[in-house]
Amino acid sequence: MIQPTKIDVDRDKGNFRYETDYQYDAGVGLREEVVQYISEVKGEDEWIRDYRLKALDTFFRKPMPTHWATKDLENIHFDKIRYYLAKGQQPSRTWEDVPDDVKQTFERLGIPEQERKFLAGVEAQFDSEAAYSRMKVELEKEGVIFVGSSDGLKDHPEIFRKWFGKVIPASDNKFSALNAAVFSGGSFIYVPPGVKLAQPLQAYFRINAENFGQFERTLIIADEGAELTYMEGCTAPKFETATLHSAVVELVAMPGAKIQYITVQNWSNNVFNLVTKRAMAHEESEVRWIDCNIGSRLTMKYPGVILKGRKARGEVLSIALANDGQHQDTGAKMVHAADETTSNIIAKSISIGKGRSSYRGLVQIPGHLRNCRNNTECDALLINANSRTDTYPAITVRGNGNAVQHEASVSKLNAEQIFYMRQRGLTESDAVSLSVNGFVNDLIREFPMEYSVELKRLIDMEMEGSVG
Amino acid sequence: MNYLEIKDLRAQIEDKEILQGLNLTIPKGEVHAIMGPNGSGKSTLSKVLAGHEDYEVSSGSALLDGKEILGMEPDAISRLGLFLAFQYPLEVPGVSIANFIRAALQGRLAENETLDAVGYYKDLYARMDELGIDRKFTSRSVNEGFSGGEKKRCEILQMAMLKPKYCILDETDSGLDIDALKIVAKGVNQMRNPDRGILVITHYQRLLEYIVPDKVHVMWEGGIALTGDKELALELEAKGYDWVREELVA
Ligand SMILES: Nc1ncnc2c1ncn2[C@@H]1O[C@H](COP(=O)(O)OP(=O)(O)OP(=O)(O)O)[C@@H](O)[C@H]1O
Ligand SMILES: [Mg+2]
Repeated sequence: MIQPTKIDVDRDKGNFRYETDYQYDAGVGLREEVVQYISEVKGEDEWIRDYRLKALDTFFRKPMPTHWATKDLENIHFDKIRYYLAKGQQPSRTWEDVPDDVKQTFERLGIPEQERKFLAGVEAQFDSEAAYSRMKVELEKEGVIFVGSSDGLKDHPEIFRKWFGKVIPASDNKFSALNAAVFSGGSFIYVPPGVKLAQPLQAYFRINAENFGQFERTLIIADEGAELTYMEGCTAPKFETATLHSAVVELVAMPGAKIQYITVQNWSNNVFNLVTKRAMAHEESEVRWIDCNIGSRLTMKYPGVILKGRKARGEVLSIALANDGQHQDTGAKMVHAADETTSNIIAKSISIGKGRSSYRGLVQIPGHLRNCRNNTECDALLINANSRTDTYPAITVRGNGNAVQHEASVSKLNAEQIFYMRQRGLTESDAVSLSVNGFVNDLIREFPMEYSVELKRLIDMEMEGSVG
Repeated sequence: MNYLEIKDLRAQIEDKEILQGLNLTIPKGEVHAIMGPNGSGKSTLSKVLAGHEDYEVSSGSALLDGKEILGMEPDAISRLGLFLAFQYPLEVPGVSIANFIRAALQGRLAENETLDAVGYYKDLYARMDELGIDRKFTSRSVNEGFSGGEKKRCEILQMAMLKPKYCILDETDSGLDIDALKIVAKGVNQMRNPDRGILVITHYQRLLEYIVPDKVHVMWEGGIALTGDKELALELEAKGYDWVREELVA
């Protein structure tokens, strides 16, 4: 096997757990008082508290989307979940300030190593509150803001309020409403006009409390001509009961800006991961979502770009790996709303054992627009005979001056190919891993080096024990 | 001990017995050739020896330097030192030749050992040059979009890199142009040495002019019907397999 030894992030499925005492605990279940409590603990202004309460109302009123999505959603017991837990101290900037038990977790995740190597700033979330965050002095000098969402709200209300909930309104869907009601944690990033960040910004976070839902909220604004890459990675400990994770990520790319948002996610098998991610792309801006989903019980995630300005470009590159007992329901959404906008979707999925992966795409190009283009490719690889995949592309393209290209393929792992590889001395699981890596290779090549190595390793780990 | 020794091998697929009590011994240091009509079981023999799970072995043994390989996993047989150049090499999409061979070599090392990358590429490029394979091929996916001849050369490249104890070449000459045939033959001849046994399966006497065999066997209905020296190949070419049938009846 090719040994991806360069990087030192320990993501061995995250089936470890540390004891942690929580200073703030909103208790079990979802009620108005819970939302009030969260808002109070965070010392929030009235407008945001009202926003939360209104969102809660929306959440209660909206039905579960089981008319199009899986019935498994009905197995989320909202009344058994803790909506807020926090250790209480302020986010700290230096490694020394971080409490020991938290440090222990981060050490297992390999964060200090990472930081030395290539991080420009680290904003890591431990349960609800950012416990450790740091920024390089150069970033601050350039006016870049990289803080937790609560701090963004408090310290930069003039930017925060202008964009918060504008790309994804609370009422977008049931889970965006839930997030709007109880959100805590996540990042707030603002990059001023013309500032191009050479180094990616990173956030690590994980869930570490049973029955505890994590509802982080991320808002990123790249002002005119600004450029940034944001990386998000997760591991979660293994628990008996289901854990809900429902994030909302909003990106705003002002004219000429470039945002690349990278996620490599590796949830444990009991996590419901229901995430809304969307970007607003203004004139001549570019937004690229790189989204890798491994693990979880159910993931529903369709990163989207609203191509609002002329010549805006949106891209979603995604890899989903569904193992036994997992359902990856992922895809992309491209809403063309200006002339000469282009979008590109490449989605690859791998289903192992009884794993199931679904691709759901939505591409809209209204008839009055000119010279818009979309390219969609989705490829599925089935490892075992009982693996499953399905595709639901919805492409609405009107008007003559617009072009779409759609390709889809389903392939099965070929037994003769595995025999061929084994004849060269590769073990069965190495042969399968290598084949799977080969399947996603052309896509992974587009990713930053560090992430491609890590992703390959994650795939290798998932493939272990999947054969034979 | 220095033999690949096959005794009374019987193997079937889907209730059809293909190998019907085959006996064959290939000593280290020798090159043997097998010729035989289509469907006589030549590829079946090579796949059974390589541990293909679709074939059911009902009796017999195959000893590689004294160790039974029947029933072993394909990768274990490979690591023990048996290499099969496939009649129809398979594509491995997205996996480059360089990474594939490297993974195969890495798999032969102990868990805490890593292959020396510099030495590896040096060796790889040297072998590629010998086989007239353009260096651009290292980054191409294994066999994907290769011409028939390119696939066969790639098989020999892998063989040269893995340095097995026993090699089986299943119709490696099919699909090669005249120049490629000479190059591949040269590659195989370079691998001839006292520590390696080679079995070439071919339909054409021409290959055996370049790779001169120590022995020629004729396979017939799942067994070795005739064995001779290199002249037997000439005789076969002249007289055809009907002659073998007559010999067998007689
Ligand atoms: N999967 C299979 N199912 C049924 N029969 C099979 C299968 N594989 C091989 N056979 C049969 O076994 C017999 C021997 O096949 P094999 O490929 O070993 O022949 P060969 O000697 O290599 O022929 P050629 O010279 O054409 O390569 C043939 O009759 C073939 O049809
Ligand atoms: Mg054959």
